Amino acid sequence: MPALIPTSTSEAPPQVAARKPRTGYLLLAPGMGWLAVFFAIPFVTLFITSLQVPTGASGVYAPGFDIANYGEALSQYGHLYIRSFIYAGLATLFALIIAYPLAYFIAFRGGQWKGLLLVLVIAPTFASFLLRTYAWRTILADEGPVTGFFNALGVLPEGRILSTSIAVVAGLTYNFLPFMILPLFASLDKLDPRLIEASNDLYASPVTTFRKVVWPLSLPGVVAGTLLTFIPASGDYINAQLLGSITTRMIGSAIQVNFIQFRDYPIASALSVMLMFIILIVVSIYIRRSGTEDLV
Amino acid sequence: MRFVRRHILTVAAFIVLVYLFIPVAVVGVLSFNDPPSKYNTKWYGFSLDAWTNMCGIPGVCESFIESIKIGLISTFVATVLGTMVAFALVRYRFRGRKTTNLLIFLPMATPEVVMGSSLLALFLNMTFPLGTTTVIIAHIMFTISFVVVAVKARLQGLDPSLEEASRDLYADSRSTFQHVTFPLVAPGIAGAALLGFALSFDDFIISFFNAGTLVTFPIYVWGAAQRGIPVQVNALATLVFLVALAIVLIAQFVAWRRRKALQADMASRDADLKALSMDALSRS
Repeated sequence: MPALIPTSTSEAPPQVAARKPRTGYLLLAPGMGWLAVFFAIPFVTLFITSLQVPTGASGVYAPGFDIANYGEALSQYGHLYIRSFIYAGLATLFALIIAYPLAYFIAFRGGQWKGLLLVLVIAPTFASFLLRTYAWRTILADEGPVTGFFNALGVLPEGRILSTSIAVVAGLTYNFLPFMILPLFASLDKLDPRLIEASNDLYASPVTTFRKVVWPLSLPGVVAGTLLTFIPASGDYINAQLLGSITTRMIGSAIQVNFIQFRDYPIASALSVMLMFIILIVVSIYIRRSGTEDLV
Repeated sequence: MRFVRRHILTVAAFIVLVYLFIPVAVVGVLSFNDPPSKYNTKWYGFSLDAWTNMCGIPGVCESFIESIKIGLISTFVATVLGTMVAFALVRYRFRGRKTTNLLIFLPMATPEVVMGSSLLALFLNMTFPLGTTTVIIAHIMFTISFVVVAVKARLQGLDPSLEEASRDLYADSRSTFQHVTFPLVAPGIAGAALLGFALSFDDFIISFFNAGTLVTFPIYVWGAAQRGIPVQVNALATLVFLVALAIVLIAQFVAWRRRKALQADMASRDADLKALSMDALSRS
């Protein structure tokens, strides 16, 4: 599934330069038009909606410039942003730790089985996202073996996993794991194994080899993978709702409830605009600091 | 030390793979369950009821068929549009390449809840009725980017000398495309379409925002999750999983056999060439 692997290879120049540019524009127009109308313009509509004012009738709003919507949205749901980003951050960290060994194994020991192993990595996503998440209710059930094991160790503060933050973070970690494994694999697969041999020949310990050779060279994959995990995880509310409780709700829930149940479109839009805005800031700082701006 | 390390890695990789499949296995096992109520979260007893009577619960199969319909239509449109964009990106010079790339990358880096809600805001402001049409529009929107990236990767991996050879043999650009380029890119397009269908079929968040009263399969599952998911849902999901797995495994196998055949072919040609030159040498 190469689609999920934004690589850091730079754009190849067009192989045929002499062709009429007009055909190029004609090829681009329908697809890019679709994205412009149904992806880009809706952001503008979302922003306009976030400033609308109520008319008194339910679900009907008049054009306006009511910045107070943002204040109200923040005071009511501000804590959900913090919780969402903490959950998403933790899930991203755990996913990175879990994904790395598998990605490394497929890249360096996969041999002729590489293709098959990659198929196995994406295969779980063929089973419904919602049902796989729901399945964790069975796995983490209060009377189940997993909860029993951790309770025997005495590490569960609430004595259970289901309906706690632990279950939500575990669900997020699981669900977005393939999006971490694939980009990691893509950058590890490009790494020349002779570099590792050279490092070993120069008496570097395995830990030093990893720290000085493998990790730095896999950074583009780490950055792509963490983004592809963190961004969807911070907007997700399925895990929070199916595995958590009322105290683990994430920001996505608030957006959905306000849009669909309460029909409070301005507040819902303001919440959505702020989520996108925060993500854009976090992501651009992250990309700049990691020095991999060539992701697109 | 090195021996130990190698095996630790193998074991860790194996555990992670197993972990990926645990929930899938749970979904599959529970499809053979015989729960007394709708709460199908723990094991009660073996039953084939769900598999022999998949449409036994009202609404399940209707939503399933709805999702397949939406998946087919949106995949078709997204694949056509995405493939065209990929060709333009790889084969043509044009202004605004950066903006184009950004507009393709962004949908993959935007949380679904933001895409879903902003599209809903558009439809609400246009007072466009929600339903199958709006869901299809949404699915095409978020699938295009994945198609572009997949087809683009395939196009960039093409050996340009193949098309040059075709032109050298006086094929015009139309027949070069028809007989050389397209067949070479077709597996990439097929893969992109498969991915697109999988994304569309399984999408919940964006669909839910733009569905109105329409019920797709994931929306049915979401609704059922509040009051207990019927066993039939597990059976259908397991069926989908098995069919999709079979398709990609067969594709893998075909590609692998083709590669083997190609290698064997090259090897035999090498041998022929050697025999020929030996023959020529012995004659001279």
